[in-house]
Amino acid sequence: MSVAAHLPALQVVLPLLAAPLTVLLRRPGLAYAVAVAASWCTLAIAAALAMQVAGSGVVSYAIGNWPAPIGIEYRVDALSSFMLLLVSGMASVVLPYARASIEREIPAPQHYLFYTMFLLCVAGLLGISITGDAFNIFVFLEISSLSTYVLIALGRDRRALVAAYQYLIMGTIGATFIVIGIGLLYLMTGTLNLADMGLRIGAVSGTRPVLAALAFLTVGVSLKLALFPLHHWLPNAYAYAPSAVSAFLAATATKVAVYVLLRFYFGVFGESQVFGRLPMAQMMLVLALAGMFVASTVAIFQTDLKRLFAYSSVSQIGYIILGLSYDSATGLTASIVHLFNHGITKGAVFLLLGIVVASVGGVTLLRVQGLGRLMPWTSAGIVLAGLSLIGVPGTAGFVTKWYLVLAALEKDQWWLAFLIVLSSLLSLVYVWRFVEAAYFREPRKDLVPARVPPSMALPAAVLVAAVIVFGLDTTYTVDPALRAAEMLLGRAR
Amino acid sequence: MSDAQGLPGLLGHFSYFVTIFLLVAGLFIVIARGNLIKKLVGLSVFQTSVYLLYIAPGKLVGGTAPIINPAYTVYSNPLPHVLILTAIVVGVATLALGLALVVRIREAYGTIEEDEILLQDPGAATEDEVR
Repeated sequence: MSVAAHLPALQVVLPLLAAPLTVLLRRPGLAYAVAVAASWCTLAIAAALAMQVAGSGVVSYAIGNWPAPIGIEYRVDALSSFMLLLVSGMASVVLPYARASIEREIPAPQHYLFYTMFLLCVAGLLGISITGDAFNIFVFLEISSLSTYVLIALGRDRRALVAAYQYLIMGTIGATFIVIGIGLLYLMTGTLNLADMGLRIGAVSGTRPVLAALAFLTVGVSLKLALFPLHHWLPNAYAYAPSAVSAFLAATATKVAVYVLLRFYFGVFGESQVFGRLPMAQMMLVLALAGMFVASTVAIFQTDLKRLFAYSSVSQIGYIILGLSYDSATGLTASIVHLFNHGITKGAVFLLLGIVVASVGGVTLLRVQGLGRLMPWTSAGIVLAGLSLIGVPGTAGFVTKWYLVLAALEKDQWWLAFLIVLSSLLSLVYVWRFVEAAYFREPRKDLVPARVPPSMALPAAVLVAAVIVFGLDTTYTVDPALRAAEMLLGRAR
Repeated sequence: MSDAQGLPGLLGHFSYFVTIFLLVAGLFIVIARGNLIKKLVGLSVFQTSVYLLYIAPGKLVGGTAPIINPAYTVYSNPLPHVLILTAIVVGVATLALGLALVVRIREAYGTIEEDEILLQDPGAATEDEVR
């Protein structure tokens, strides 16, 4: 068979094999070259798969030639291919950046291990997005989580260790809840294939084990995606991890968890069960709104910019879950688009903060005083990405807010549209904190910003440009997201 | 689940009661203990309880090992065992990584008690501003 037929397997196998290769090579330069090459290849594969999906609908691949309900199936549809592009795209942007960044943040003997862990994390996240098997999701989830814990612990501050430990505890509880949910579903339906499960669940719809499975999966995945009251691991993890890791995690890890939630809600349980039998929509709505307001308010009072933007992530996840809770095509489109738009925006923010760390040594508000004069391009980039977080027209963030408000108006919920705009004002306040420090204060005399190599500046510039481009042209984001949303809802009806 | 009422039903579900007890006990240790090692022990108990949740229903009363033989018609389900082998590997890896992190935390802080660690790092991101 030709290589094209095996693309779904290669998508995951390539980074999975490149990871041990970096351990064998050991030399940081070689490991870096392998990692970058592998990530670019995965992006090429994801793009090729996206073309196949656009042409022929769903691409199904039977691992080891065992046919679907018995064997493990890799299944690429509109939503999976969207996630594959996001994850592999962010990896391809962040990895070239990583070398210069970790040279300043991680001791040299650990450099090659950084690439190993990074590739494993990429493989895990891609695996979650591509697999059509419930237990496989858990295995890939743990591959990505375990490597994430190590990546966070590589941070130069000792608090990175505690952050990694806390995330390990919370993440493992979340993952175990997910296994319990999958186990209960397996007991009731007798299958692990997600599509097959979706067909068979009709017969046991509404029984107590199935509703318990729904509850376990919701709580477990919510821990992973840092839904408001379960977000405590996130700010420390993002704040103390190496900058390249913060950027990659903020852009992909929580987004892939949202993908898992969408898969189970709409692909397996079906919306009638999720939103009909249990008051999931109302619960999600309340938690999303609470997250949007509380996390944004907490973000305003942070003095460390990495923590500030980490809390902003929690509030942005609120928007994603809010779109999901509408249970309408427009709302889901907003959620799926925001997975991408927030991914590139937050990726850009954390890459730029990494540049600030590399050149002035820290990102506390006192340290970035006068940064607008010292590092005009970097500051301008952060402000632009910040405008996208607020949702100013012309940036990627506006597209999402637009669809969120549209979805609220579709349901005649004016108050909700009002709250969305109100929470945007809170984002304005925390972004203003940076603007005030960077542009309206005198630079500190003792700070001489070190130059950063183009390998760091270029990836950050690419993401900032993407924030603008995808804010102006929505052909490549909204259309696939709309197709994915219609597929999810059509599947359930 | 309606047959869970009355003693025979309750006894019939005893494996679930063991599972749920271990599950809740493990989770309680994770939440209630401040010692980082004890937390990991609790986490292990919590994870292990799920192995039981999977494996117990795989056994059929009167079923034999799933090796095809004309003498038998009823076989136990082998799939949960295979799944749980994977889950055990994941559990071991998690525990190993957790313990490795605790070793590093002890090197950095000189203690493995959560409250003492939090005392050593008052507030977030302040040391940079003291200068």
